[in-house]
Amino acid sequence: MRYEAPDTLEAAVGLLSAADGAARVLAGGTDLLVQLRSGPVEPDLVVDIKRVPGMDAIVEEAGGFRVGAAVPGAALGEHAGLRAAWPGVVEATELIGSTQIQGRATMVGNLCNASPAADSVPAMIAAGATARIEGPGGRRDVPVEEVATGPGRTSLAEGELVASVFLPARPARSGDAYLRLIPRTEMDIAVVGAGVSLTLGENGAVSAARVALGAVAPTALLDRACADAIVGAALDAAALEKLAAAASAACRPIDDKRGTVAYRTRVAGVLARRAAAIAWARAGGRA
Amino acid sequence: MTITATMTVNGEERSGVCEERTLLVTFLRETLRLTGTHVGCDTSQCGACVVLIDGDSVKSCTVLALQADGRDIQTIEGVADGDELHPIQQAFHENHGLQCGYCTPGMIMSALDLLKHNADPTEREIREHLEGNLCRCTGYHNIVKSIRAAAGKMAGAGA
Repeated sequence: MRYEAPDTLEAAVGLLSAADGAARVLAGGTDLLVQLRSGPVEPDLVVDIKRVPGMDAIVEEAGGFRVGAAVPGAALGEHAGLRAAWPGVVEATELIGSTQIQGRATMVGNLCNASPAADSVPAMIAAGATARIEGPGGRRDVPVEEVATGPGRTSLAEGELVASVFLPARPARSGDAYLRLIPRTEMDIAVVGAGVSLTLGENGAVSAARVALGAVAPTALLDRACADAIVGAALDAAALEKLAAAASAACRPIDDKRGTVAYRTRVAGVLARRAAAIAWARAGGRA
Repeated sequence: MTITATMTVNGEERSGVCEERTLLVTFLRETLRLTGTHVGCDTSQCGACVVLIDGDSVKSCTVLALQADGRDIQTIEGVADGDELHPIQQAFHENHGLQCGYCTPGMIMSALDLLKHNADPTEREIREHLEGNLCRCTGYHNIVKSIRAAAGKMAGAGA
């Protein structure tokens, strides 16, 4: 295995494009280095992007925030502006691992590792975040939900990497939230995750919403029916019940040691409803 | 391919030959023979391998030795002042903060990081900070007590 730590984005893309065998990008490394040890990944080349200028930066852009690929979770949590605008995204990222993992693990790494249970991904999808992809063919921005294509698989072409994630500007009266279920209180992989972002109109009704579910399908799901269930009215008990039913209906989970199909399907509805209630309160909604 | 990594470890410049894929924890233990840093899980969960890199606590199994090249590393071997235990070590000793001792180096390195940022943590803050340090003897009660005691002693000493 060859390790390279280039100091420009062009050099990083060049190395990845020219790689003979399997090449992997190292951001926080908290997934990659474990996979190196446990065996499924045997890369010929690892490109550490932490020394590329700007990769560790959170930059305000067009009223939103661009988060570099090497920004660790701890830095997100310490960014007051980002935390105020997108509390759900920040909380979701902070759920990943312990204090020491938070010092290294990144949102972009969480995205590119392409686990269906990645905590930050449903929150980013609900937020309408876009991933900035740099590669030999140039730059493209794609919705976050189009990055993962299955467990451990992404839509990135050879030589491409995700350089940053962009969280857009927030309209007034907006809120987001992410909840996950794990059997213990910390440091576990989500059995189900649910991210909700919504905006209220001047009349107090939900005017726009995005709902994403994690760990209930091969990739995190952006579900239109869930959003439709809560748009157009106040978030009352009836709307929350409709949302829960839509979330359960969207699930295509597997049975595994973390949970059964029936359990995940049921819990997805519960978490979507609870996350929506938190997002609603954050947006200033009143019953 | 083998490479040479050079870093400051416990105040001394140390070099060693390893592979590019070698983890920092393996480099510390097998190349530098600093076996006080333990490997508990291989999956970045247990925290037995926590060291300080430039003063911040890091699980040394989540970092390649090469990524630590040129950095300042502190391991459990560098915590005591000669024969005199660090107040955190002393507090673990006095409060029975260890049973089998396997998790202890990581616990102490995590506690160092915590007390640097928060000189007077509450029990809850200590427990939250230790979420990534697992004790299979489940001796958390006395570990938390030890860190509380160390904080008190360090504050009293003006440290």
